[in-house]
Amino acid sequence: MLEMSHLSKVYRTEVVETHALRDFSIHVREGEFVAVSGPSGSGKTTFLTIAGLLEEFTSGAYRLDGVDVQGMNDDARSRLRNAKIGFIFQAFNLIPDLSVAENVEVPLRYRGFSAAERRRRIRQSLERVGLAARRHHYPAELSGGQQQRAAIARALAGTPRLLLADEPTGNLDTQMARAVMELLEELHRDGATIVMVTHDPELAVRAQREVHIVDGQVVDVAVEPRLLSVAGASARTRF
Amino acid sequence: MFRYYLGLALRSLRRNIVLTVLMVVTIGVGIGASMTTLTVFRAMDADPIPQKSAQLFAPQIDSWGPTDNPSEMEDKLEDQLSYIDAMALMHAQRAHRQVAGYATGFALTPENPELKPFKADARATFSEFFAMFDVPFRYGRGWGSDEDLARAPVVVISDELNQKLFGGADSVGRSINLDDQEYRIIGVMAPWEPVPRFYDLTTENFAKTAQVFLPFNRAIERQMRSWGYTNCADRSEPNWQRLLDSSCVWIQFWVELPTAKAAEDYRLWLDDYAREQQRSGRFSWPAYTKLRDFKSWLRNEHVVSHETRLLVLVAFSFLLVCVLNATGLMLAKFMGRSADIGVRRALGANRRAILAQCLIEAGVVGLAGGLLGIVLTVLGLIGLRGALSEQLVQVTSLDLTGVGIAFALAIIATIGAGLYPTWRASRVQPAWQLKAQ
Repeated sequence: MLEMSHLSKVYRTEVVETHALRDFSIHVREGEFVAVSGPSGSGKTTFLTIAGLLEEFTSGAYRLDGVDVQGMNDDARSRLRNAKIGFIFQAFNLIPDLSVAENVEVPLRYRGFSAAERRRRIRQSLERVGLAARRHHYPAELSGGQQQRAAIARALAGTPRLLLADEPTGNLDTQMARAVMELLEELHRDGATIVMVTHDPELAVRAQREVHIVDGQVVDVAVEPRLLSVAGASARTRF
Repeated sequence: MFRYYLGLALRSLRRNIVLTVLMVVTIGVGIGASMTTLTVFRAMDADPIPQKSAQLFAPQIDSWGPTDNPSEMEDKLEDQLSYIDAMALMHAQRAHRQVAGYATGFALTPENPELKPFKADARATFSEFFAMFDVPFRYGRGWGSDEDLARAPVVVISDELNQKLFGGADSVGRSINLDDQEYRIIGVMAPWEPVPRFYDLTTENFAKTAQVFLPFNRAIERQMRSWGYTNCADRSEPNWQRLLDSSCVWIQFWVELPTAKAAEDYRLWLDDYAREQQRSGRFSWPAYTKLRDFKSWLRNEHVVSHETRLLVLVAFSFLLVCVLNATGLMLAKFMGRSADIGVRRALGANRRAILAQCLIEAGVVGLAGGLLGIVLTVLGLIGLRGALSEQLVQVTSLDLTGVGIAFALAIIATIGAGLYPTWRASRVQPAWQLKAQ
C-alpha cells in the first residue's frame, strides 16, 4: 500500500541544511495498522506529510497503492490524495465556519461526487462515528472528542485506501483519547490501512506494528507489539 | 462548484465583517471617484449626432498667412471662415450639402403685452442646415433655397421659444417682431439640444441652441453683427462692408459629404480653391487648408478640455491606489485563512480550486464595491451639478452603459487586486500549515 525506499528530505535555507528524513524506508501492507513513533523533531510529521503527498521528497522512491508519485504535478497529486488518502490531524483541523456535515462534504466536493452521493456518504460516515445527530452543529459547539470523530468521519467519507493519523489523540483527555483509539481499532478491524504517528508509547503498542524514528531514520521495528505484549515479551528488530 | 465557492465566499466575508467592509469601501470609493469623472468625460466626449457625424466635415482655409499670424489655434488655422471664403464655398456647391452660419440675435417684442421684450439668440444660416443636421420639427418646416435667395423674412423658432410665446401651440404662419421687423414663423423645432453644440463651438461648447433661425442672406442684408467671435489678423474693428470684404473670420462652415470619395474630392477642390486665391493675388502664401472630420473637429475645438482629461487621469490613478490598498487587505484576509487553505489542500483541493475559490470571493467584493461605487457616482454627479453647464447636466447621468462600466471596472479592479493574494493563497504549503498546528 505504502512503500518508501531510501527516501530523504532536506530543508535548505541560505545558511542551514536540515535533513528531516535520511535513507528512510518503510513498507506498509494493505490492512495494516502501523504506529510511527519517535521523539519530537525526529521526522515523524515530515514522513506523514510526504506519505500524504502534501510535500515532495528530495530523493529516493515512493509508491502509493502501486503508483510511483515521483514527478507528479500538483493536479495529479491532489487527485491521488483525494481518492486514496484520509487525514486525521492532532488539532482536528475542522473548518470553523462549516457545519459538521459540510466539513465531511469538503473532500467529496473536490472528488466531484453528485449531490445525492455526497449526502449518502456524509450520512454513512457520521453514523459510523456516532455523530449523525450532530450533523448541523458547528465545530465550536462540539467537544474535543466529537470534533476528532467528525474529522475521522471526514477522512472516511471518500472511502480512502489509507488513513494517515497525526497524533490523533494528542489534544484529547484520557477518556476521549480512548474512545478515538477504539474507533481507529474498529476501522482497522473492518479492513482499513492506518498509519498513525504518535509519541505516546501506550498508543503505539496498540497498533499492529510500531516503527521507531530517530533523527529522520527508522531505527527499529516492533512486530505485532499488541500480541507480544500479551505474551509478556518484546521482540525488536534492527531495521 | 461555482455555487459552492460563492457560498464559501459569502461565509468568509461575513466571518470578518470589518475587513470586508474596508475592502468594499476601498473599492467603492475608487469606483465612485473614477466613474464620476468618467461619466462627465463621456457626456462631454459623446457624439451629438451619431447617425450623421461620419458625413460631416468642417473646411478650414488659411486666410492670414504664416507671417504675423495671430491665430491661437495649434495649427495656426482658424476654425471660422471669412465672409469671402464662406460665400465662395457656398456658391461653388461642391458638397452634397453646405451650410454657412453665424450666431447673432434680436430684440424680440412679443405679441402678448404681458411679456416684456427680451433678447433672443439667433442663428443666421442657410436652408440646408435643417436637413444636414437632422433637426426635428414639431410644426411646419425649414425654409427653402428660394427663401435663401429672396432674403425672406421667415424664421424657424425653437420649441422653448414657442412655449414661451405661444404656449406650445402651432404658431406656423404667425408673426414675431424682431428688431422692429415682422418675421413669419415657417417652422417650430421639436426640442433639439445637441451636446456639445457642435455646429458652433466658438463661444461655448455646451451652450443652448439658438431660439430663432433666419436666412443667412437676410441677416447679412440687415447687417446683423455676429454675437460670436470675429477674429481679424490686424485686430481692427472694420465697419460692416469692410468686414464683408476683409480676411476677418467669423462664419462657421459645414459640408455634408456622404462618401469617402466625396470627402477626398472636396479636400482636393478646397486646396485648388486656396491655390486659385494665391494665383489671383489674394493670398501671398502657399495654399493651406484642412477638411476636418467631425471627431477631429471636436478634438481641435477642445470640447473635452485638458483639465477634464487630467481629472480623469487623476481619478483613475486614485482607483489604482485603492486597488493597491485592497490588495493589501485581501492579502491579509487570505493569508489569515492559510490554515483552512492548508486543510482544503490536504483534503484534495488542487491549486486551481483554491484560486477559483479566492477569485470568486474577490469578485463578490468587487460586486459590492461596484454597487457602492454606483451610489457614490450618483452622489458625485449631483455634487458636480453646480460646476457644469445646464446642457451638460442634462446629459450627464449614469446610464445603463455607465452602470455596466462601473460593475465591470469594480470586478476587474477587485480581481486585479485579488490576483496576487489569490496566487499567494494557492501557494500555501499545506504541510507547513499542518505542521505549524
